[in-house]
Order: sequence, then structure tokens, then C-alpha cells
Amino acid sequence: MSTCPIPDSSTAPRRFLRFLAPLMLLPLSACNFVVMNPAGDVAVQQRDLILISTGLMLLIILPVMALTVLFAWRYRKSAENPDYDPDWDHSTSLELIIWSAPLLIIICLGAITWTSTHLLDPYRPIERIDASRKIAPNTKPLEVEVVALDWKWLFIYPELGIATVNELAAPVDRPISFKITSSTVMNSFYVPALAGQIYAMPGMQTVLHAVINKPGDYEGFSANYSGAGFSHMRFRFHALDQTGFDRWAATVKADGQALDRPTYLKLEKPSEKDPVRRFATVDATLFNSIVNLCARPGQRCMSDLMHIDAMGGAGKESAKDVEGLRHDAHDGSDPLEKGALQKEPEEKGSSPHLLKDSDKAPPGKTPTGHQHDNRDMTMNMDGMSAHHPSDASAPAHTL
Amino acid sequence: MSTEATAAPTDANPAFYLAEEPHHPEGSSTALGFWMYLMSDCLIFACLFATFAVLGGSYAGGPGPKDLFDLPLVALNTAMLLFSSITYGFAMLATEKGKVGATQGWLAVTGLFGLAFLSIELYEFAHLIHEGATPQRSAFLSSFFTLVGTHGLHVTFGTIWLVTLMVQVGKHGLIPANKRRLMCLSMFWHFLDVIWIGVFTFVYLMGMLR
Amino acid sequence: MSDSYTLAKIIFGRLTWESFPIHEPILIGTFIMVLIGGVGVVGAITKYKLWGYLWTEWFTTVDHKRIGIMYMILGLIMFLRGFADAIMMRLQQAMAFNGSEGYLNAHHYDQVFTAHGVIMIFFVAMPMVTGLMNYIVPLQIGARDVSFPFLNNFSFWMTTSGAVTVMMSLFVGEFARTGWLAYPPLSGIAYSPDVGVDYYIWALQIAGIGTLLSGVNLVATIVKMRAPGMTMMKMPIFTWTSLCTNVLIVAAFPVLTAVLALLSLDRYAGTAFFTNDFGGNAMMYVNLIWIWGHPEVYILILPAFGIFSEITSTFSGKRLFGYTSMVYATVVITILSYVVWLHHFFTMGSGASVNSFFGITTMVISIPTGAKIFNWLFTMYRGRIRFELPMMWTIAFMLTFTVGGMTGVLLAVPPADFVLHNSLFLIAHFHNVIIGGVLFGLFAGINYWWPKAFGFKLDTVWGKRSFWLWAVGFWLAFMPLYILGLMGVTRRMRVFDDPSLQIWFVIAALGAFMIAAGIACMLMQFYVSIRDREKLRDTTGDPWDGRTLEWATSSPPPDYNFAFTPVIHDGDAWSDMKKRGYQRPLDGFRSIHMPSNTGTGVILAGLSTAFSVGMIWYMWWLAGLSFVGILAVAIGHTFNYKRDFHIPVEDVVRTEGERTKLLATQG
Repeated sequence: MSTCPIPDSSTAPRRFLRFLAPLMLLPLSACNFVVMNPAGDVAVQQRDLILISTGLMLLIILPVMALTVLFAWRYRKSAENPDYDPDWDHSTSLELIIWSAPLLIIICLGAITWTSTHLLDPYRPIERIDASRKIAPNTKPLEVEVVALDWKWLFIYPELGIATVNELAAPVDRPISFKITSSTVMNSFYVPALAGQIYAMPGMQTVLHAVINKPGDYEGFSANYSGAGFSHMRFRFHALDQTGFDRWAATVKADGQALDRPTYLKLEKPSEKDPVRRFATVDATLFNSIVNLCARPGQRCMSDLMHIDAMGGAGKESAKDVEGLRHDAHDGSDPLEKGALQKEPEEKGSSPHLLKDSDKAPPGKTPTGHQHDNRDMTMNMDGMSAHHPSDASAPAHTL
Repeated sequence: MSTEATAAPTDANPAFYLAEEPHHPEGSSTALGFWMYLMSDCLIFACLFATFAVLGGSYAGGPGPKDLFDLPLVALNTAMLLFSSITYGFAMLATEKGKVGATQGWLAVTGLFGLAFLSIELYEFAHLIHEGATPQRSAFLSSFFTLVGTHGLHVTFGTIWLVTLMVQVGKHGLIPANKRRLMCLSMFWHFLDVIWIGVFTFVYLMGMLR
Repeated sequence: MSDSYTLAKIIFGRLTWESFPIHEPILIGTFIMVLIGGVGVVGAITKYKLWGYLWTEWFTTVDHKRIGIMYMILGLIMFLRGFADAIMMRLQQAMAFNGSEGYLNAHHYDQVFTAHGVIMIFFVAMPMVTGLMNYIVPLQIGARDVSFPFLNNFSFWMTTSGAVTVMMSLFVGEFARTGWLAYPPLSGIAYSPDVGVDYYIWALQIAGIGTLLSGVNLVATIVKMRAPGMTMMKMPIFTWTSLCTNVLIVAAFPVLTAVLALLSLDRYAGTAFFTNDFGGNAMMYVNLIWIWGHPEVYILILPAFGIFSEITSTFSGKRLFGYTSMVYATVVITILSYVVWLHHFFTMGSGASVNSFFGITTMVISIPTGAKIFNWLFTMYRGRIRFELPMMWTIAFMLTFTVGGMTGVLLAVPPADFVLHNSLFLIAHFHNVIIGGVLFGLFAGINYWWPKAFGFKLDTVWGKRSFWLWAVGFWLAFMPLYILGLMGVTRRMRVFDDPSLQIWFVIAALGAFMIAAGIACMLMQFYVSIRDREKLRDTTGDPWDGRTLEWATSSPPPDYNFAFTPVIHDGDAWSDMKKRGYQRPLDGFRSIHMPSNTGTGVILAGLSTAFSVGMIWYMWWLAGLSFVGILAVAIGHTFNYKRDFHIPVEDVVRTEGERTKLLATQG
């Protein structure tokens, strides 16, 4: 981690961690424990909840563990304890305690759960900057549109008209409102220092509200396995003061290219370890079209389709009208995907998201030359390049 | 469960074992076991119904139930299956009376009704596919074909089983083992009837109201 | 396009020379080892002419005891495979720092963690739990066999068929690279077009049928076959937990069957259930798979709870404290396990009320679970505890599992889950409950019931070595994962950026190696015990001063379990019999009605494996033929009306006479 906010030792949990650190005699800086030492108010509240719940449960767990050891020792056979009673198997008062003690704790925990789940609902707009500061009325949150691509993150700032890849920035103490989606498979958008995670799913939009309180350079990543390049699906989150943020936005404006549809479609293709990229302008409808699976020209948007569906369908004739519906594994040739059973023998195992073996052209066929997506990153240990044209040439040997 | 030991047991000296072999009639667990199998099968249908409930409105800009379903045909189909259940009932009545011939006759009628049901269903499917309303066209059609098709598959296996049983009854008569099997198939057949009533109501009738 | 090419495609589907991973040195090494081992075993069996014996006495057996042992062996073999995967992961994660890619590429690593999860749950924990239930339950309820003996054999071979399919993926083609629950769209044909997910689907589908049928079988057995006098509330607690487990199996596995069928339709027929386009909904899959997946967790842990209950009571020399509340706790857990599934994906964007509902139901499960732990505690209270190996595992369980339970409840608080979901904290949690609960329970059960199954105790020296290595190794391997989770490190990562994390992964790897040593000691324990079996011999049939019926018969029990059907007067039936001066009957034996062996189960499972291979590799002719074959064999089987025989009375007299002599030498 390049920078690490200096921990504020005034709060109890951190003192607890500091007490723990020398005990373990291991390189435990408080900074490493990002979940226990976050920098955003939502994550701080989530951390507090972890500590409170743990404390509550320790009330019962510690006595149980102590009793286990005590009973095991006291009633060992060699101790020849005189109060041995082989037929003692029931005690109503003990049973009452046994059931009611956990019940009471769960009632407390349940109440905390109900309120905190509602208060910390990611869909609920931020109501305070931190424990001591309320939000000024009419504060407009910073809107960020997040797209999980294979395997990088795209951030669009609709107000500023800019976009970035693998780099997120936000001013401190200003609420941020994330709208999150994905282009192909499920991911999870997670900046531990800022707030809890929420899934990024294709064709759907999830929401996360958060606020960052301390300037710094934090880590963000996908927390849900999404394929071969998943390990490198990371980005930096810069929390800057307002002037710093304005300066950052200005640099993006100054030196970037434009993020239009063709650029997006190129960007969307699977790749690993992508460097930070900045776009000075961005197509205003881009995010909406990604959510609706119609970023590619000629695709029909899900919102339109769902409107038709809500009206009861598009009539009998529409059955054969499948142009612009295919999104997954689109190679432009076949609008209605075939399952394995319907394919001709030579088509088997072919798909635009191909693997190294099956992508090879069968004998007698010229290699198609379409780009190799290398979804599983099998052949490149360096993992840098996504395109291995050499791989498409060797013929497959059938048994 | 069964008779206890012959020597009269007392409280002080209770019997700890049965001197006689307990009489577990052969296949005494079969009805329970088969019933549990049916319930697990019912859960598979529950999942398919749930899937249809979730995806049944996703036409993907394609045709909906109103455009596709032919209710009179489905009503005819329903009648076939309901009649088959009744005739199976007659077969069971004949079995109770030990009439091999009548049992076989009613089983044959049941099988014919089952085949009629399957033929009408296949005709319906072929017609839909011909019109482009294939299982691949939309999530609605995927879940429709899967739910109705799974039921159809069950009827197919039920028919194969029915033919097998007719051969076995022909060979061995109405021995206890065969009676037990007839009883299991009867549960299976009526179960499919119940499922079909769910399909007819939930998929076809409510689909038309959507 | 040449005709021979098309012909080859028709015959071999998508199987080509490229499907064999000859470029993977690790796999080639493994393959050579397996080959040498396999040739050795096959050679030995052939040399000592054991094929006939194995076929007639084991493969085709319908004896619940032998099937139980075969389940345990299957679980043990698959455990070694699953653990090899675990070690590979630990090594990779300990190495892949500072720009190093480790030694596994993504293609391989992603298969390894998927296979680890699938194998450990489906082909280790499930067979072992089923094996113990199969062996013990009929003995505990005083039955001669299960309700449907043929079905039992068939279930075992279907499970084995699934295991074979998974193992096949190691050397032919590849396994899924999706994580153990194969979430779509990633597992859909568009994003995983290769054979991996198909291996996954068919292995689970076939094994799932076996599990479902075995569940039906055991429920029917427990409900219908109990000895006279054994009312529901006099059933041994292990039988109770088995009953609840099998009810869960019958009620949960159909959901898995259905959801896998839908996924295969998406992959094979091009339907749109879980696709992004054409109106599909991937969240539907996630819901359905967890409606099966969460009860599955309790399917594994409930029998372990039963094992611990039996052991605590036996080795404390006391009746189980709070039998009734134990039974109710089990039933409550069984029911509640169906209304918690959503806690596996709080982060998928459900509303706050839905999330808190499922969070709270999850916490509520900890109440009966807590009650159980207290019941074990108070069973020990005022007892005289013998610290034999089973009891040691039980104490280790109580200390380990409570921590796992606590972190589990923590994860059930949705806002806390938002920061811990999918992190290594979660990994530590579920290994904490599955190793600390299920696995420790199985080890306790193996040490406890081994003498019953084989007539001699397990060696304690190697047993204790194994125990300590496991107990310490477990904490060493998983404590760092809890810590890493709090550092915000997520699961299924192959390489890491932050060098300060490495030390924790190294510690975890050391822990894993300690566990490996523990496994080696356990294998050593088996070997030494078999070698020294005469020294460890138990002739009484009741080496631990047991309390339930299985200890009333000889060790190993005769084929018919009990010469006379026992009559039960008390929950601790055997304890009661001993206390009231039960005299073993020495005459009046009768011939005993038993089910006959059959090879149909093996044949059906073999055909199912062929069917899977056909489907996985798109060899449609093979799939079609095997399917017809399955139907034909199944129908043919129903034409066999002669499925039982009588053990002649002379055999019973001889067997029981030998036992009488053996008991007499005891003095």
C-alpha cells in the first residue's frame, strides 16, 4: 500500500488492535487491517457493527469454551470425582438457561441487525458525513457509474463528462452515489476503506452510497470471481480534497481521449492488467446502454424489450424476429444461439470466447482471423498480452 | 410392531428380544419410500413452476402466451389425462377384485389415453417451434417448454412403465409384488394428473390472463 | 472439409488429442503416479485372485455394513485428491507475490479451487457421512438391513460414478473454472464453452441421484424398521440426526437436480434461463442453488452432531443430558435451514427488510445449536470422562466449532457481511465449521466405530499424533485467513500485489503441511492397527462400554446383525440391557430372511458414467446408447422377482456358537 492514513488512536477498537499487534509479533500495521480501520463513514459503521456483534457473542462463547476446558479437566476419569451421577440427564432450570441465554443474545443481535441493515442499506442515500457531522441540506452526491469489464473497471462521471479505467477518485466528505453494472459476468465492487461491497451484474444495475472521510490512496477490486483475469481486476481509489479532486478532473479532461461507442467496444474485450486510462469526454448514454445490453450498434435495449413484454408481447410474427437480441458470445454470425445439441459437428466447442484448443481452425478451414479473446489466459504466463495470433494457426488433430 | 417374546416378560425380567422372527411383510416400506420419491419429484416441479413464475413474463420482445396458446387444444389434452386417471382407477378396482383380464384392459385404455395426451402435446410443441416460438426464443418459452416438457417426459416414462407392468401381470398374474407395483404406478399416474392441473391453471389459463 | 474429419467428429465429439493435457507437467506426473498405483492395485488383485471375491462379496453386496465401508473408502480416496488441491492452492498463494505468478497459471489454478470445493463437499463429506449412517443406523435401530437394500447398492455406485467422472476430468479435458457453485453467466456456454462445466454438471447430477435415493432409503428405514419398543423418543440421538439429515436430503437434492438440469438445458439446448440475453435471469440460479446449498451444510453437520452426542455420553459414562431438547434442537435446525439461503448473497442488492429477515433467521439457528453445545457440556458435568481418541476429537470440536459458529453469526449480520463477504474471513469461517465440525466428527466417529466394523481398536499412538497435528495445523492454517479477511483480502485470488500479506499465506501453508502430516499419521494409524490387529482385538463387541444397540452384537456384526430382533425398553437400550442383567440367548435360533446380492447397481452406474462421458464430449451416439442401456437394464431388473434368500439355521447356530466361545474366553 503506497500511502496509509495514520490511525487515529482515540477510538477504542484501534486501541484494541494496537494491543493485539505486539502480541502476535508479526508485521501488523493498523493500516493492513483495512476492514478494521477504514476511512469512510459507512465502512466505519460496519466495522463498529463487527466489533459490537463479536463482543455480544463473546459473552456466551467465552464461558462455553472455559466450561468445556473446566469440565473436561474436572470430570476426567482419573480424578474419581465423588459426585459422579450416571443417570443425571435432566434439569428444567438448566434447560431454561441453556435455551434462554442464546435467545437473549440473539434478540439483542437481531434488533441491532434490523436497524443497522436498514441504516446501512447501500441503496439508502448518505445522511451524515461522519459520526459528528450531518450532511448539509441540498448537498448533491458525486455520481459515479461503475462498469465491471473483463477484467478491469470503468468509471464514468456523468456530471464531469469524463471516464477512467482502473482509477477512481472522489473528494473527501462528499457523498458518492455509485451505479454499478457489469458487461459479461458477475463481479463485486469493493473498496474496503470506503464501504461494503455490492455485486456488479450484467443487465442489472445495483446502487451503493458512500462517503470517504480521509484523503488517501486506497485499494479497490472485484470481490467475486469472474474468470481468468480476476486476480488483477484491481484499481486505485484516490480520496482527494476538493481542490485536489478538481485538479485531477482537469488533468483527465486535458490529456484524455474520447470514450465513444467504438472505443468502448474495443475496451470491453477481455484483457488483463490494464493500465490506468483516462477519457476526456464520454458518450452520455453509454452507461445506460451497457446496463440495457445495447452498447453494440444494432442491439435492442432491454428496457425497450421489457416495455414490450409488459404490454403482453409483440405478437406471433415477432417469434422469428431475433435480430439484435443476442448479447452473450456474440460473434455477429448467428443471432439465435444454438446449444451443443443443435450444432453441426464442425461447430462444436466454437464460440467467440474461445479457449486455446478449440479455437484452432479444423483442417480444411482457413483460420477465421477474429480476435482471440483468451478468456482463460492459459498460454501467457506473463499475462500482459491478450492476443496471441500465433495460437490460431496450428491445426487440431482429431482422434 | 410385532408379537413379543413368548415367555411372559415381567418388569423385573423384561424380554430383550423376540424369540420369533418378526413378520416384516415384504415391501412394507415400499409405499412410504415411493411416496417420498414422489414428494421429491414434486419439488423438482416446484422449482420448474418457480422458474416459470419468475421468467414467464420475459418474452424478450417476442410473442407472449396470448399469441401462442391454443386453449381448446390444451383443454382436449387435459381431458385425455383426466380420463386416463379415471381408467387407471378402474384398473385398480379390477385388481382389488383379482380380475387379471379387466385389469389389463383398463391398463391398456389408460396407456392409450396417455399416448393420446403425448401426441397432442408433441403436436402443440411442433406447431410452436414451426412458428419460431422455440425454447431458445425467450426465457418465457424456455421455462414453458421445460415445465410442460418435463411433465410430458414423466408421462412417457409412466407409459413405458405401464407397458412393462402389463407384461409382468400377464406373466405372473396379480401376485402381491405386482399389486404393489400397480399401486406405485397408480400413485405416479395420479400425481402427474395433479401436476398437470397445476400446469393447466398456472401456465395456460393464467397465461391467457396475463 | 474431409469426410474422415466429419466422421471423427461424429464418433469422438469434441474429444481430440488436444484434450489430453500432455503440456501440463503436474498432471503428467500425477497421471504417471496414478497409473503406477492403479497397475499395482489391479496387479495385486489379479495375482491374489481377488476379483471374484470383490465382485461377489463387495461390489454386488446389498449388506448395509459393507456398503457403508465402501462409502468410507471412497470418501477417503477422494479426500486425498481434494487435499492435494488444497495444498496446491496454499502453495500458489504463498508464492505468488512481488510480481511472481506462482507456479500455477489461471487455467490450472481456477480448476484447482473449483475441484477442491466440489470434491470435498460432494465426494468426501457426503460419502463419509452417508457411509457412517449406512453402517450405524440399522444397527442402532436393531434392523437386519435398510428398507431397500438394492437401492442402497445402486446409490453407492451412482455416487462412485460421479466421483469417477470428476477424476476423469483431471486427465481428459479439464474441470470447471467457475468456483464450486458454478454461477452463471460465467458457467453458461457463452463464457465457459469447454468441457469443464459439463464435467461438473454430470458428476453432480449422477452423484445427486445416488444421494437422493439413499436419503429416501434411510428415512424409510428409520421410520419403518425400528425394533419393537423403540418409539421415536427412544431412538438413539445419532439415528435422530440421521433421520433429520435424510429428510433434508430428500427435500433439498431435487432442487439441485432441477437447477443443474436448467443449466444443462442452457448449455446443450441453447435455452435462456440464466443467460444475460433473451430474458434470462442469473440470479434465479443463485437463489435455487443456495436453496439446495444451505440445507446441504446441515446435511453434513447434523450427523456429526449425532456422533458427538453418542461419544460424549459414552465416554462420560452418563446418559445424554437433555435428550428431548436435543431432539427438538435438531428438528428446529432442520426446518430453519430452509429459510436462510439468502444470507449467501446479501450483497446482490436485495432490500434491507429482506436482508435483515434472512440475517435474523440465520442467527436464530444458533439458538438450538448453542443448546446442543450446552447439552454436551452438561453431559460431561458430573461424569467420569475417559479421554480416548473419540472423546479427544469431541473436545477439539467443541473448542473449534464455537469459534466457527461465532464468526458465522457475525457473517449473518448483513452490514458486516458487506465487508466480509467473499473474503478469506468467510473461507476461514466455513472451514472452521466444516473441518472443526464435520471432519472432526467423522474422525471421532471413525475412531469410535472402527472396532465395531472390524473387531479391533485403532492404534492410539498414531491416532494421537494425527489428532494433535490436525488440531494445531487447523488453527495455523485458518487463523491467518481470518486475519487476511480483516485486511480485505478476497477469495480465489491467484496472485497478490501487497508484499506485506505474504507472511500470513506462508503461515497458512505451514498449517496446511501440518495437516498433511496429520493425514499421513492417520493413514499410518490405519496401517499400524491393521498390522497389530491381534493385539488390538476386541472380542466383547463392546469395547467402550457403549450405550446403544450396535454394541449389543458382535464386532464385526454377522451378516444378519442380530440373531434375534431386540426389544427396546429404554433410550440407551444396550446400557439398560447390561444394567438389568440381559442374558444373551444361546439356543432357539431360526433361519433368517435376507436380501440377495445383485450386480444391477454396478451395471447401471457404469452405464451412467458412459452416458456422462457421451454428454460431456458430445458423443451423442454414446449418450443415446447408454441411455437406452440404462432403461433396458432397469426394466430387466424389475423382471427379477427372486431377490431374497434365507440364511439356514445351521449357519446362524454356528456363527452364534463361535461368538459364545469367544465371549467365554473373555471370562
